[in-house]
Order: sequence, then structure tokens, then C-alpha cells
Amino acid sequence: MSGAPPPILEVRGLAVALPPGGERSHAVRDVAFEVGAGEVLCLVGESGSGKSVIAQAVMGLLPKTLPVASGSIRLQGEEVAHAAPARLRELRATRMSMIFQEPMTALNPVMTCGEQIDEVLREHTTLTTAERRRRVLAIVREVLLPEPERMVQSYPHQLSGGQRQRIVIAIALVLDPVLLIADEPTTALDVTTQAQILRLVLELQRRRGAGVLFITHDFGVVAEVAHRVAVLRLGQLVEIGTKDEVLRRPRHAYTQMLIGAVPTLRVDPRPSDPDAPFVLRVRALEKTYRDHRWFAKERTVHAAADVDLEIRRGQTLGIVGESGSGKSTVARCIVRLVDPTAGSVLLGDGSGDDIATMASGPLRKLRKRVQIVFQDPYRSLNPRRNVAEALIEGPVNYGMRRAEALAKARELLELVRMDASAMDRYPHQFSGGQRQRICIARALMLDPELLIADEAVSALDVSVQAQVLRLLDEIRSRLSIAMLFITHDLRVASQVADHLAVMSKGRIVEYGPAAQVFAAPRHEYTRALFAAAPGGGFAFAPEAA
Amino acid sequence: MTIDATTADPVSRSRQKAGAEGAAHSAGALADAPPIVGQPGAWSRVRRNLSVRIGGFFLLLLVAIAFAAPWLGTVDPSLFDPASRDLLPGREGEITTLDGETLKHRFWMGSDSFGRDIYSRVVYGTQVSLVVGIATAAVALAIGIVLGLVAGYLRRVDGILMRVMDGVMAIPAILIAIALVAMWRGSLLTVVVAIAIPEIPRVTRLVRSLVLSIREEPYVEAAISLGTPTVKIMLRHVLPNTVAPLVVQGTFICGAGILTEAILSFLGVGLPPDIPTWGNVMAEGRAQFNQYPHNIFFPGVFLALTVLAVNILGDGLRDTLDPKMARRT
Repeated sequence: MSGAPPPILEVRGLAVALPPGGERSHAVRDVAFEVGAGEVLCLVGESGSGKSVIAQAVMGLLPKTLPVASGSIRLQGEEVAHAAPARLRELRATRMSMIFQEPMTALNPVMTCGEQIDEVLREHTTLTTAERRRRVLAIVREVLLPEPERMVQSYPHQLSGGQRQRIVIAIALVLDPVLLIADEPTTALDVTTQAQILRLVLELQRRRGAGVLFITHDFGVVAEVAHRVAVLRLGQLVEIGTKDEVLRRPRHAYTQMLIGAVPTLRVDPRPSDPDAPFVLRVRALEKTYRDHRWFAKERTVHAAADVDLEIRRGQTLGIVGESGSGKSTVARCIVRLVDPTAGSVLLGDGSGDDIATMASGPLRKLRKRVQIVFQDPYRSLNPRRNVAEALIEGPVNYGMRRAEALAKARELLELVRMDASAMDRYPHQFSGGQRQRICIARALMLDPELLIADEAVSALDVSVQAQVLRLLDEIRSRLSIAMLFITHDLRVASQVADHLAVMSKGRIVEYGPAAQVFAAPRHEYTRALFAAAPGGGFAFAPEAA
Repeated sequence: MTIDATTADPVSRSRQKAGAEGAAHSAGALADAPPIVGQPGAWSRVRRNLSVRIGGFFLLLLVAIAFAAPWLGTVDPSLFDPASRDLLPGREGEITTLDGETLKHRFWMGSDSFGRDIYSRVVYGTQVSLVVGIATAAVALAIGIVLGLVAGYLRRVDGILMRVMDGVMAIPAILIAIALVAMWRGSLLTVVVAIAIPEIPRVTRLVRSLVLSIREEPYVEAAISLGTPTVKIMLRHVLPNTVAPLVVQGTFICGAGILTEAILSFLGVGLPPDIPTWGNVMAEGRAQFNQYPHNIFFPGVFLALTVLAVNILGDGLRDTLDPKMARRT
């Protein structure tokens, strides 16, 4: 930040008003920062902190309902906060550009990737067709896509998520902008793909000397890419500084809390009883999807194959894997939301209760012993039923009297640290974290022996996530139930799991005590997964106690 | 697109992802977060909507007219008087009651070739039209909901049932209605059923598609793992969440039903000609349309305004209750 070249982006006293009647008057206010040439500034914050609003303000893409109320945004000295739409359009392609979170929706599905890159050149340059074609191929090569000739002729749906994001990056960089805004560019990607994309963005940025405004909620990613970090909270900048200052020696209490909430990749082995009785044994579980079609070849997908798992009372088994690895399929087979193709799922000591093949009548009696908490707190509760009704549904199904069930519901709400007044309210009146607590309480209403958490904290902000993880751990040890914890996030897995199973392409590739798997991964895929974990080697500030 | 094996339905899967990411990342979406159907507040938004207000106001007015028909300066719509044939609108004339008493009467909308008062027939016709429209919507929705739930939940029945529905949809609605009324002879009940039957496949399809997406919702899966019986899940978790789109669909069926009834009556295959319906009035005025256009004009205006009001109401309801659908059309 020392003197010499003028900043590429300079934001001063930026305020964006929210429509009246909301929770707060401004989406962001008093925001000031700058991005120098060749610098990566990370904007970090939880959901609702206003980080995307800032990106949209810089790009001039704010919706009409959210005008820039005051302040200035200077791009290489030129004021853009109130620039004319035509000028903004010109700037957007040539001097600043943006990478979005979801590459599928950022690309036009009916145009080939090549045409979409070419469109930018056609609009903003006077190059001939041949020159444009050379530029398109050059940029596609530069974002390290294999077989550039084929790539430019492909439609977005023919590419993988990572390849699509590379195309989006190519579109963003083809005109050599001085400022690149990346709005959660890797959030929708798997961890190994994410690592590749982050490397690519950094390398291109270094080579071209562009400034990058990188928006993320993930401190692992921050540790990986940032030169400087700005922390946003409820629309206000609470702290800004170099990466080491902010991540290792945070000054503001909120930053300290956020960084303290980032799960470490260390495993603290818990004392656990190796001879505790089995709660669940899964043997050779297999799930194959067959797509019957009238006029086409049948497609088969092996979602899970040859899966063996065991969980003992009071212990947590973590399953980690990337999307499509089959980890959710395993969970859904165990709860029998889908019917396994083969294999057995045995509850308890395994005397005759094979969930995998049971008819639905007798199965209903066993369902109460395994309960599940889903990923999306916004869709896990019926919007039309209040919390009390949601909670007592299970026990009432199994013949408990209403009054008794209501009393129990109140007890469990207390266990998950919710006020009893929540009983009469509807799901939309709660935040994501609160809803997830309600879902956990609902699952516990039936006194299950096994609680399955299917990405149960993945949709939550990091501070809320830490609270829910603590709550789950407390429940596990207090009620001494077994937990099956499914996650794509290695940090989360390292924090909760006693044992760890790593899944890839429907199979378990590594399985063992969590401490052992983390310390000395044996399988190649596990090692690749660990290496890709963003910020893996970075030592964050120790948690403020 | 990669094949995602974890759920059978890729659409709901991707929505699930979008939802989760939206949650992690909603600052930008604050402004245009879609209102969730079923939240309290949805109805106050409905009440504030201009289309709903205009359409609703006209419909209430028509309902009031239908109920107050005897007190709106009308005479018995079946009365006629040979002396008052083919009067132009606004003329004075006389009309004979069933007791043989002769009354002075002003024919605000003129009279037809039997000397019947068009105004009285149109006002009383409002009753018929509204009853037919509402009853048609009710019958089509009731049967369509049951069939749609069955098709959406019992996968084995689904294929057969939906092919039958495709078959019904392939025949023009008006032809089915004409054939059915011809079979049963015209009465209010048969006309309502005949108009409702061709609408059933549309409702069934809508309900089925809603059921197919709602049954993948995590809250339904949670209910399954809580041991809730299937029938209870359908009634408690699935059905209530289909209400908003069905209300919207119902208004459109209502409007279409009113129109179809008028068409059937006009073609002479609907309600018997002695029942005053707008279609019947127009059918009787058809022969003399060149000399006396008022015979067709007034019932036509009422018909058009009624259907317009119903459709405006439906549009308003769709915009407020079902924003996703509104953006698509």
C-alpha cells in the first residue's frame, strides 16, 4: 500500500440505501477501501453483510431499488458511482469485469462457449473475424482448458462445472481489464476444482497485473488468495489490513469471533469407548439408478457400491466426499428415503432388523430409531405449519398424547437453546441457524439411536455453523447417541468425527479413525482432497477463549 | 450436465443447491428475494394488488346483481307480451304477468321478438353464469386434485392416468361438452359437469407437477422419517402447499367455464331456452342481429366484462401468490 502507483479502484464513503421498512436503513454504509494494481483484496463477511452489494455497486449493476446514496467509486481515477449507463457498459467489458458464483447461470445455454467469448470482442473491439478467433483460442488456452478447438465449439452444458467457470474467467479476462471482481467464484465448485480455479485466478492476475476484488465467506479461501483483507459486518467495514494482520492478529472483536469460529483441520481425539454397542452396521450397501427410456439406451449410475460402515453408541462417523460421491445416497438409503439396490442396513445388535429390505409396514416402527437433519434449513420445515406442530408430529405418529408431546417439545427446544415462545411461530420467522436448531429438536423428539446430519451445517454462516456444531457435539455426549455426519467440508469433518470415511465415485476409498486419516492419509484421493482444502497450511489466530 | 444420482429429480436437486447457496450468500438477493407462498403477509399483498382489487370489485358487483336481481326493476324474465315485441332500448311498453295483469314497463335494453325484457333476462342470466363458472371450477378442481395427488404419489398409476388425460386433452373441449350435453340432455348439472370434464386434465397435470416437486422437499422427507403415514403426508404437507397455484388456476377455469356455457347456449346445446342465460339471449337475437343488435350487444357486454373481471382477478392472484409463474408468462 506504500505510495507509488495510484490505486485501480478507490471506494470512499460508499453508502447504498435499502428500501424503507427493512431491518436496517443501508445495505452498506461508510465503506472505504482501495485495490492497487496486482493486488488481491478479499471482502469477507457473513450472509447479509453487504459484500455482493459492494460488487454490484462497483460494476454499476445495482437494482434500481438499491441506489448509491452517497460516496464515490473511482476506477483509475474515473468516478463510476454515478456514471451514465452507456459509459458503464463500456467500462464493464474493457476495464473491469466480473466472475460469478454459478457458472451455469452466468453462461448462455444456447450459445457455444466460443461465441460467448467472441461476443465481447465483437462488441468492444474492431478486430477482424480471424483476429478475434485467434484471441478467443489464445484466452481459452490461457485458462488452461484442454483441447481449445473443441471447447470453443461446445455448449455450456457439455462442460463440467470447473470448465464452465474457466470459460467465465476467459470472458472476463479477454479484454485485459484492470479490475477483476470475483463474487464467490468457487463456492459452487468441489474442493479440488476450487483449488484449481483459485490457482488459475491468482496466476492470471499475477501475469496481467490486474487488481482483484475477491468476495468470499470462506476464510480458507481468504488465506489462500488474499494480499489484503476487509471484513464486513452488517454493511460496515469493521477491519481492513494485510492478510497476516487480519487473520493472525485480528483487532476487532467480530473478526476475532469469525476467525475463532473457523474449524481447524486438527483432530483432537476424544476418549471413546471402543467396545460400545453397535448402533448401525451397513454391509455391502449398493444403490444403482437405472434410467429407463423408450427410445434410448438405458443409463445406469452407480451412486453407491460396496459401502461398509459401522457406528457405535456415542460416536460420530464422518463421511466426506465431493458432490456426486454418493455420500448423501448412503444417508438416504440408511433412512430408507430411497430403496437400496443391494446390501443390508442393520440397526442395533443386528438381530433381524434389516432396514434395507424391510416392507414399509414394519419399517414404520423402526423409523423412529434413525432420524435425519437436512442441509437446507429453509426447506426442511413446512412453511404452513408452526414449530409446535412440526415438533410433535413424530411422537404423535407413534401414539404419544398431544399434551405430553408438547411438554417434550418445550424441553427439547430448551436443549437446542431456543425459547419456548418459538412454539407458536412459523418457520419464516426464524433465521437459518434457528431453523436448523428446530430441525435438530424435531429429529430428537423421537429419541433416535442414530442422528444423521446430511450437510446439516453447510448452508450456515461460519459463526452460526460453529454454534450448531457445538450443539450437536453436546447432544451427542449428553444423550450418548450415535451420529453419522455427512459433509463436503474437511474442516467440519475434522472437528466432529471420531471415525472418517472418504467417498469417491460411490465407493469408500478410505476408512478409519479420524485422527489417523487426517494425520496419514493412505489413499491417493484422500491426499488430493486434503491438499486441495483451501488455507490448509495456514495458521489462523488461536481462538480467543 | 453431470448425472446426479443422489435424487431422481435433477430439477429439485439444483433448486436445493440454489437454495443453500442463496442462504450463504443472500446480501445481493435481499431486494428480490421471492416471497414465499404460504407466509402470512401473502394475503395482505394480495389485497393491495391493483388487479385483484379491480377484478374483485367487478365480481362482487356481479354477485350483488345476481342476488339482488328481483329488486333491480326487473320483471320475471320469462314474461312476454306480443304488444311489446322488438322494442328498442329505453322504450316504454307493457308486459303481462302470469296472472293476466298488464303492467307498464320501461325496456332499458329493449325487448326480443317474443316481447320479453332483455334487461331482466340479462340480470337474471348473471345468476346462471356465476353459478356455472364457480361450480365448474369447483368440480374440475376437486376431481383434478384427487387425480393429481394419485398420479403424483402412486407411480404405477401415473403413466396410465396421464395418458388418459393426454387423450382427453387431445379432443377439443367444446366438442366433449357438446357430446356430453347431447347425451344427458341439458340441465344446470349436466352443463356444469360437461364443461368441467375437459378442464380436469389441466388441473390434474398442475397438481401432479406440484406434488412431484413438493414430495422431494426436505420437509416431506423429514415427515417420512418421522413415520408419518403417506395419506397424512399428502393431506398435511403436500396439499396445503399447492393451494396458491390452484386458486389461480381456479379463476381461469371459472372464466373459461362462463364462456363455454355461453357458447353452448348460443349453439342451442346448453341450458334449455326458457332459462335466461346470456348465451340463450344472444342465440335468440341472432336472426334479427341486423335490425336489432341490442339483443346481442347487452348480454355480450356483460359476458365480456365478467370474463375480463375473472381473468384480471386471476392475473392479480398469480402475480401475488405465484411470482415464479408470473415471470414465466
